Amino acid sequence: MSNPKVVWDSGIEIAPVYAPEGAEKPGEYPYTRGIHPLMYRQRPWTMRQYSGFGTAAETHERFLFLIKNGNTGLNVAFDLPTQCGLDSDDPMAEGEIGRVGMAVDTLADMEEAFAGIDLNKISVSLTINGSAVAIMAMYFAMAEKRGFPLAELRGTAQNDILKEFVGRGTWIFPVEPSVRLVGDTIEFCARQVPHYSPVSVCGYHIRESGATPAQEMAYGLAIACAYVDHVRARGLDVDEFAQGISFNFDIYGNLWEQIAKFRAGRRLWAKIMKERYGAKNPKAMQLRMIAGGGGAGLTVEQPLNNLVRSAYYALASALSGTQTMALCSYDEAYTIPSEQAAKLSLRTMQILMTEVGACDTVDPLAGSYFVESATDEMEQRIVQVMQKLDAEGGVLTAIAEGRVQADVSRQAYEHKQRVERGEIKKVGVNCFVDDEPSPDVEFHPYRREEAEKQIARLARVRAERSAAEVEKALEAVRAAARDGTNVMPAVIAAVKAYATVGEVCGALVQVFGRYQEPVRF
Amino acid sequence: MTEKPIRVLIAKPGVDGHDVGAKVVCRALMEAGMQVVYTGLRKSPEEIAKAARELDADVVGLSIMSGAHLPLSEKVAASLKQAGVTRAKLLVGGVIPARDRGALEALGVAAVFGVDATLADVVSWVRANAGRAA
Repeated sequence: MSNPKVVWDSGIEIAPVYAPEGAEKPGEYPYTRGIHPLMYRQRPWTMRQYSGFGTAAETHERFLFLIKNGNTGLNVAFDLPTQCGLDSDDPMAEGEIGRVGMAVDTLADMEEAFAGIDLNKISVSLTINGSAVAIMAMYFAMAEKRGFPLAELRGTAQNDILKEFVGRGTWIFPVEPSVRLVGDTIEFCARQVPHYSPVSVCGYHIRESGATPAQEMAYGLAIACAYVDHVRARGLDVDEFAQGISFNFDIYGNLWEQIAKFRAGRRLWAKIMKERYGAKNPKAMQLRMIAGGGGAGLTVEQPLNNLVRSAYYALASALSGTQTMALCSYDEAYTIPSEQAAKLSLRTMQILMTEVGACDTVDPLAGSYFVESATDEMEQRIVQVMQKLDAEGGVLTAIAEGRVQADVSRQAYEHKQRVERGEIKKVGVNCFVDDEPSPDVEFHPYRREEAEKQIARLARVRAERSAAEVEKALEAVRAAARDGTNVMPAVIAAVKAYATVGEVCGALVQVFGRYQEPVRF
Repeated sequence: MTEKPIRVLIAKPGVDGHDVGAKVVCRALMEAGMQVVYTGLRKSPEEIAKAARELDADVVGLSIMSGAHLPLSEKVAASLKQAGVTRAKLLVGGVIPARDRGALEALGVAAVFGVDATLADVVSWVRANAGRAA
């Protein structure tokens, strides 16, 4: 789509951008109004529903279903053992194989999941953190084998380990080596996979864990700065790598508060990159994001209400100038979405995009006294939270000591109490409640035989590969981890020899040790 | 002599990292005057049983959001038995379909709290059922 005319039924022609003389325009620093001059008038947001379950074969089918229905990207869910660096035959994996996402043990699984999918047309996002080096290595190895050169490969890995210590919890290694591994992926991609986003910094899960929208943005930007500081200390310039850092934010609650949060966050990130880090490359200053989800806003009571909530979240996301959108489906408060629910999420975005004019003009709320004032005040609030973090020793220490965790968990408790007391209204929960109880939650079927298939498949791969080659490759991973060399080339070599996720992470644990959680509530 | 507080162990078995609910329940029980120990994430059934024995827990609450509540509860119940923790009441909280409640009760689970449970529900159940004389 390249900016065709937009004319309303009444004959009014709509310009891509409205701005008085001298006012900030979209695509201009500090990007309050959006990072591109024409935004959705040139290209609508990417629709990238989160999906994956069971084996690679089952997930592959769901991918094809979503693409057929208009998904323009894929956002891959991995099962918990994969996310925690455990193989499907590990005793801790029992009962969890393929349950909340796709089980991946070796490169063979990655190959099966993406078979036949054009990786140039469908941009793939990997929701993987603790075991990200292994899974990213498998994705790169798979792409290369399929004939997609790394120099041109697009896509995103979530790979934001710092937020995993606050919410979500798929950490493996202690904080310091975890950040070093993120640094390895950023450096590797800056040099070898320049169009790939190796990190998507998530305010999302911190918000879901109890943070306010201002804190969500502040913690997200502070965490992004921690990665930037780490990579700069290696001697790289922000203009070389910062474009690889993207963001993932949450939408639920007050519509206007979300919009102010995004406009303010975008402006602040640009200022930080330019003023603090001396960025000259506009791409290094532009906050690119996926915004949507809203899981914490959904309810198990009257689940169809979630469809309506999601539609409003989608509107907030579009009015905020997101690059990519994913919505939680109406049944996602309790299960992996059914095909019908996943399709309705896609249709929600498609209706917004094509029927009601969400793409008509860029940043339509700009210049509203209300929205501009809220944006300014939101920026101040975000700065205040970031300054407090810095004054107390920085985000890394705050997370390592469990202070951020304790703060957001206390807020989650207070929020829950306020909902129970009726101070925060939730339709179907504490007002407009149905007389009859909500129907029982319908789970995505979990098939034990699929888990057994996965374990058998892993055994077969283990039997067919060269054990000596795998051991040699894992020794190279350990050596790189020990001596500070970038681990990515060694990990890619290891997964090409069909080393498993568990073996690669196990090799790294031998060098780095395991994270000891500061248990606070 | 003042009465000893009710002792509760809240545990995260398996590999599910979603702990907002577990921590919120911990705080609610603590503010209700109980002694609460939270295990942190990713604990094996044996680790949970050991922690329950060390605390001499009146109640052991498992938080499970991944859907693996049946196999995980079965393993924890067995480990508790093996460790000689027979007095503690076992609770399960999380995303639990109503139709699985019978199977959980058959495993020895005394109460199940779904996502629509209130903090007040949990606190009053524990107070009434912790197995102490009033």
